[in-house]
Amino acid sequence: MAEHATQHHLVLILARDFASRLSTPVFLVDAEGSVIYFNEGAERVLGRRFVEGPGMEAAEWSTAFAPSDDDGNPIALEELPLGVAIIERRPDHRMLRIRNIDGTERPIEVTAFPLFAHEDECLGAIAIFWERPGGSSSEAKPSGSPPEI
Amino acid sequence: MRARIWGCRGSIAAPGPETIRYGGNTSCVEVRGDHGEVIVLDAGTGARPLGNALLGEKVSRIDLLLTHLHVDHLEGLGLFGPIWSPDTELHIWGPPSPIASLDERIATYFSPPLFPVHLSEVPARVTFHDAPREPWTIGSIAVAAHPILHPGATVGYRLDSGGRSLAYVTDHEPALGTDLDAVGTSWISGYALAHRADLLIHDCQYTDAEYTSHVGWGHPSVTHVASFARRAEVDRLVMFHHHPGHDDDELDEMRGAMVAAWQVEPERCIVAAEGAELLV
Repeated sequence: MAEHATQHHLVLILARDFASRLSTPVFLVDAEGSVIYFNEGAERVLGRRFVEGPGMEAAEWSTAFAPSDDDGNPIALEELPLGVAIIERRPDHRMLRIRNIDGTERPIEVTAFPLFAHEDECLGAIAIFWERPGGSSSEAKPSGSPPEI
Repeated sequence: MRARIWGCRGSIAAPGPETIRYGGNTSCVEVRGDHGEVIVLDAGTGARPLGNALLGEKVSRIDLLLTHLHVDHLEGLGLFGPIWSPDTELHIWGPPSPIASLDERIATYFSPPLFPVHLSEVPARVTFHDAPREPWTIGSIAVAAHPILHPGATVGYRLDSGGRSLAYVTDHEPALGTDLDAVGTSWISGYALAHRADLLIHDCQYTDAEYTSHVGWGHPSVTHVASFARRAEVDRLVMFHHHPGHDDDELDEMRGAMVAAWQVEPERCIVAAEGAELLV
């Protein structure tokens, strides 16, 4: 076999191509949960440019954006939709808040699902998210505040 | 390894005086390993004359590697002589599908009313295999199969033996939605199969002008194949799966365009022709 030659599975290549054509923010991770791509829509929300190369591992991205619920309680990786998709290999959906690179807090709604090439071959997961109405806040939302609708 | 082309036409057989030099039979390539292995790549109409030759040699074990089940890659199976001999041990490998098993999908074609006999009735000892996700061996040949970009379940193959490699990547549109010259190689369909192959047999169905009205049909343009070969750093390229409407002179022109686009010595670019033998 081609020595040292590696490539992503065709399903991931197609997923990236699909994501790159959407304005809706999309986040793509491999089977270990490392980020392998996010599109321009996601760049706007996250405040971070996608850079080719070894991506952030799950432990990093799951804390880098300080995900929390609407009461300000931190959300662990295994409770994030993308974490559920990777760890439990099932779809998940929830509302949460993240803080982007410049400290702006953004309420978002996330749907994530695992990518199976075959029933027993999970290649990664994809998350699609939306900013919820109510806008963003440049200050962290105090714990206990009512959720924005 | 040695490879012999028995069919290199795409989509549908195109016999006639205008295709006499490169041939009109659909996809079929015979590969002989250094230890007597007999591997057949696809079973288009070229499988009929190949089968006759194999019967004459009394070859007992044959491994048929199907890239996918479109008719032009399968239609020769019914008239592949060894399948009608009880002395033949035939292993058929093909892309897995979540919809139906490989034999069920082949039998869709190989059964009435499309064919007079059902696949289950052939006298040869046939074993069906989903192409494994990990490389496997056929005799002394290491084989790898990866899914590639073409409508429906489709794989390409790479054969490695004695430090030499042959990649068979036909029915492949690697540039669909992708700039092959800009994207990282790990994001190119078929890249790992073709990487530094000594011989790459690759789909080359369309001219650049034709491709513009066939985007998404599963086949590349000349420029796309040149970019793919360059990025994969292949040694020699065999232009394969000729459009049934392209006559011999048009294929010569496409080779000229390929050499210009790839920017390599002309001898590294070969137009597949029936009967051609290629030492890998």
